[in-house]
Amino acid sequence: MASIRNRHLGLIYVAPALIFVIAFVLYPLGQLVYLSLTDTSLLGGGEWVGLENYEKAFADKSFWRALWFTVKYTVVITPILMGLGFALALLTSNNSPLRLFTRATIFLPVVIGLGTSSLLWYWLLDQQVGLFNKILLDLHLVEEMPVWFTKADPALAAVIISVTWKVIGFGMILFVAAIQSINSEVLEAAIIDGANYWQRVWKIIIPLSMRTLLLATLISAIGSMLAFDQFYIMTGGNPRGQTFTSVYWIYQNSFISFKLGYGAALSIILTAIILFFSAIQVFLSNRSGTE
Amino acid sequence: MSAISQKSAPMARAQRYLIGAVCVLVITLMLGPIALSFFASIKTPAEASASPPNYLPQSLSTENYQKVIDYQAGLFTYASNSFLVAGMAIVLCLVLAVPAGYGLARFRLPGKEVIFVLLLAPLMIPYQAILTPIYLNFSKIGLANSHLGLAIVHAVLQLPFSIYLMRNAFEAIPREIEEAALIDGATSLQVLRRIFLPLVIPGVVTVMLFTFINSWNEFLAALIFMNKESSFTVPIMLVSVRTGRLGAVDWGALQAGVIVSILPCILIYVLLQKYYVSGFLNGAVK
Repeated sequence: MASIRNRHLGLIYVAPALIFVIAFVLYPLGQLVYLSLTDTSLLGGGEWVGLENYEKAFADKSFWRALWFTVKYTVVITPILMGLGFALALLTSNNSPLRLFTRATIFLPVVIGLGTSSLLWYWLLDQQVGLFNKILLDLHLVEEMPVWFTKADPALAAVIISVTWKVIGFGMILFVAAIQSINSEVLEAAIIDGANYWQRVWKIIIPLSMRTLLLATLISAIGSMLAFDQFYIMTGGNPRGQTFTSVYWIYQNSFISFKLGYGAALSIILTAIILFFSAIQVFLSNRSGTE
Repeated sequence: MSAISQKSAPMARAQRYLIGAVCVLVITLMLGPIALSFFASIKTPAEASASPPNYLPQSLSTENYQKVIDYQAGLFTYASNSFLVAGMAIVLCLVLAVPAGYGLARFRLPGKEVIFVLLLAPLMIPYQAILTPIYLNFSKIGLANSHLGLAIVHAVLQLPFSIYLMRNAFEAIPREIEEAALIDGATSLQVLRRIFLPLVIPGVVTVMLFTFINSWNEFLAALIFMNKESSFTVPIMLVSVRTGRLGAVDWGALQAGVIVSILPCILIYVLLQKYYVSGFLNGAVK
């Protein structure tokens, strides 16, 4: 067959996609590097300034605060999403009708837009008209109405609650697949050996789901490091600019203050951070493909 | 040892009830926000903005929906914009990913690994970072503030997943089918069109599904690229509904807008859940 398979014939089929990626991803990436070395603004400019933008970035307290806030958001929400997602996967991994339905409803918000769900929760958590606080009060879970958006920490908590609702199904569905792919003979053998449920979870299910757990954690953490929609809609970066994320701060500099060159430098720094994690992710996924 | 694993019957039953109760609680937590939003959307505008709020509407009204339908350029315009962008993104993705998947799965390419890594580049480089140069390029060639421009960005986002999925779909087809056709003298393009395409339809459907949902929901690029009111997509319209007049939020209209914007997604999810979930598992982990 190899004689019929002209090597270059295959290239023709791959070429359009390749050209598309080069034109709309790799070439812009090169331009981004160049932009970051100029003082381009949406209003003009474009003089070469060398590393000035980077020097400015490293001294820019607001940028570091935004980056730090993004890390904080990621470090808090990732274990919640993974832990709760895994617990829900354990709860629903049996295919009984009730559990199938539970699983389907947990996954439902994953198909809703993050922008839309943020607007929904922005309303639910509103001080005047929102029902979230009313529910907390009516169920006697709190004595006094919590105030969500006037301080940075409660605002972060509010966003985390809303995003958890929106994406908890993501991890869960991956974990359900991992749990269901575990050989049932292994679990049966453990039962015969007298291992109780939690022993099976700790000694068999979790170790055998480790690769999925790791991958899901990476995917989820990368997503959180690039958070924008939920903060743009729910907090607007407030109070006093304390809830700007990295992407939000880049957006603010590039498209609100028109400082495209400076925004490009910040983008390069962020890309470098993300690239590190996504390279690990791609490496891990590719390895699993050959196993 | 058997005492540990064998529970008495009443205890097993209690455990079943407990798990059932937890399931019902989880279902309530997941569906609750959508239900409350729907109830708010069918309240009268005054009641929807009342403080303290009611859980259930005291009187029904379609006024909030009417407001969303009549909002600025009209809901029809914004929904059309969203459908148009998603449609173009779907076409772009298929036109690029189907041949690419075929090429990767069925040919010995020189430098295959390098090509594959290049095609996965959009996965590793956050699109949030390269929106500025793309925006500047599009401004030069008249694609800024155009639906085609936004569709291109959405296609970029969806391309690695689509190629990956199509490659797997093509790889799953047995060699014999292809060889028989080639011996009959068919060209590789004929093999693709007549023999392979019908076999990879599930993959094509999955690509369409994901591209639609992700394009319909995408926010940042739409926010940056679409700066003319009449070319907004639905998510951007929603944010603009919230801002409202004179800074007062129109809560009823906002919830009506939320319901309208999640409706297509939920419809697709309910109707094509199997495709969606299996595609999701294929793309994310493997």
